Amino acid sequence: MVKKCASRLYMFLIFLFLYLPIIVLIILSFNNSKTRVVWGGFTLDWYKSCFQDEKIMSAFLTTIQITFLSAILSTLIGTLAAIGISAMKKRQQTIYLGATNIPLLNADIVTGISMMLLFVKFMDLGFVTVLVAHITFSIPYVILNVLPKLKACNRSTYEAALDLGASPLYAFYKVTWPEIRPGVFSGFMMAITMSLDDFSITYFTKGPGVNTLSTMLYTELKKGIKPELYALSTILFFAVLFILLLGNVLPQKKAQRALSKQQKDL
Amino acid sequence: MSKHLIDFIDISKSYDGSLVLDELNLYIRENEFLTLLGPSGCGKTTTLRLLGGFETPDQGRILFDGEDITNLPANERKLNTVFQKYSLFPHMSIAENIAFGLKISKKSKAYINDKIKYALKLVNLDGFENRSVDSLSGGQQQRIAIARAIVNEPKVLLLDEPLGALDLKLRQNMQYELMRLKEELGITFVYVTHDQEEALTMSDTIVVMNQGYIQQIGTPEMIYNEPENAFVADFIGHSNIIDGVMLDDRLVEILGVKMPCVDEGFGKNKPVDVVIRPEDVELVDPADGYMEGDVTSLIFKGVHYELDVMANGYEWLVHTTKHVPVGTHVGIRVTPFNIQIMHKPESSDEKAVEIDE
Repeated sequence: MVKKCASRLYMFLIFLFLYLPIIVLIILSFNNSKTRVVWGGFTLDWYKSCFQDEKIMSAFLTTIQITFLSAILSTLIGTLAAIGISAMKKRQQTIYLGATNIPLLNADIVTGISMMLLFVKFMDLGFVTVLVAHITFSIPYVILNVLPKLKACNRSTYEAALDLGASPLYAFYKVTWPEIRPGVFSGFMMAITMSLDDFSITYFTKGPGVNTLSTMLYTELKKGIKPELYALSTILFFAVLFILLLGNVLPQKKAQRALSKQQKDL
Repeated sequence: MSKHLIDFIDISKSYDGSLVLDELNLYIRENEFLTLLGPSGCGKTTTLRLLGGFETPDQGRILFDGEDITNLPANERKLNTVFQKYSLFPHMSIAENIAFGLKISKKSKAYINDKIKYALKLVNLDGFENRSVDSLSGGQQQRIAIARAIVNEPKVLLLDEPLGALDLKLRQNMQYELMRLKEELGITFVYVTHDQEEALTMSDTIVVMNQGYIQQIGTPEMIYNEPENAFVADFIGHSNIIDGVMLDDRLVEILGVKMPCVDEGFGKNKPVDVVIRPEDVELVDPADGYMEGDVTSLIFKGVHYELDVMANGYEWLVHTTKHVPVGTHVGIRVTPFNIQIMHKPESSDEKAVEIDE
């Protein structure tokens, strides 16, 4: 009993330590007072003015565009890359996987600076460069999510489809795709969170005038902390949380449903 | 017999620089049950995959009904494959699995439903239409895989070690089922296996392969009774393969003893390999045998006892229904008809012999 209590307490402390800063942020976003030390009552004013602030809204719009465009494109490229890699021989596979994983292991700041150096040589920094940068660092996450699914799905089922008269494209769509779909989906979700989350690479590759939420927050913070930013941060936190839950819970629910359907069949 | 349906002409194939098939020539007749038999890595599966269209040969041609299909993609060939690991589509029901090929060839709904019913009946799984793949046992999955292939009415059914993953009892049942299916469908079966018993039971023709070469082609009886070389003899059941000298027509000397046999035309004093099947070795009184020996081991195998008999410096493998305790002094006899004489392979390192029909 005592042991159980102690272990619970320990767990509670760990979670408190992890989430206390965010809880403070969330509370402050509802605080009707300009200072951080006094509780001036509950208010939604900061949220309201946050949505009325032009700077914030334009950054928000850019973020949404970058996030979804980069997630969609990197999912497409990453999935195709995973299919290609899975068809390679062992040695080649190791080499290519190592190469695609470099952006994953590299320090963000190094990736950011090197991309900036490359981009300024050929074009002006701006929306497009940020988008390309985001696609680049999202691709390895997609590959890492799709590849295990491809490996798990037996290559001979694809061959069986061909054998039964299916064209390669039809066989992929009918047989391989349903098997790797959960992996592609979680890869997409991962790409969204990574893109939404990124600061340093965006910071180096964005030109003047282009701001995502994270870089906008950073420049605003330098000028002094506005309570609207608490509200914005809270929204960002919940948005990412929601997407993560969606990515983790949905596939599980689906698996459960498939399982219970099977049991009914039996 | 009937005409050639499939011809392999000078087929060679290598993977990563190692030669898997070397100028293979083989024909398959219409409505024949042909088995490619050999140890793993002998090229039998590669031969089947070339025929199925999953690999292309480095050189040579494959003819189907006289037509060159060497570069025809798998989905345009008029044959279907039953894979080693069943390869059913896990996210589809049994009925959807069976209907896969029919839907692609745009058959009517009524036709497809009839075919599904017919195929399930044929493999003794009526009423399984809406079951999921995971709820079936290995044997049932394999039968569905067969049903999925045969509904497309292929001219040739390719089977790649389809019974390999099943237990012994199930495997034997499935062997009979496959033979029955072959009778009912009246199509050509090309079967790949490393199991010699399976091959002997089911085939019209057996092709024994080793290291990319065909060792012998023949009926099960021919392969078993008159193996062409020591590899075939050894692979088709354990045999006593003894060095011998052909002294004259119908007289061979092994282990220092002259024995009458029925083979002729080997010449005089020619070294040969002599094959004697364990069930053909007779144990008699020491005085009546060609040679004397002692029983060194005795194992009960169900139908028979498996004995080792040490005689004249050779350990004979003997199958007998009599119980002969270890240590018994016995005589060994073989009737002339059961002594099989084979030419020695010409190169000593590789006992592979290429046979051009």
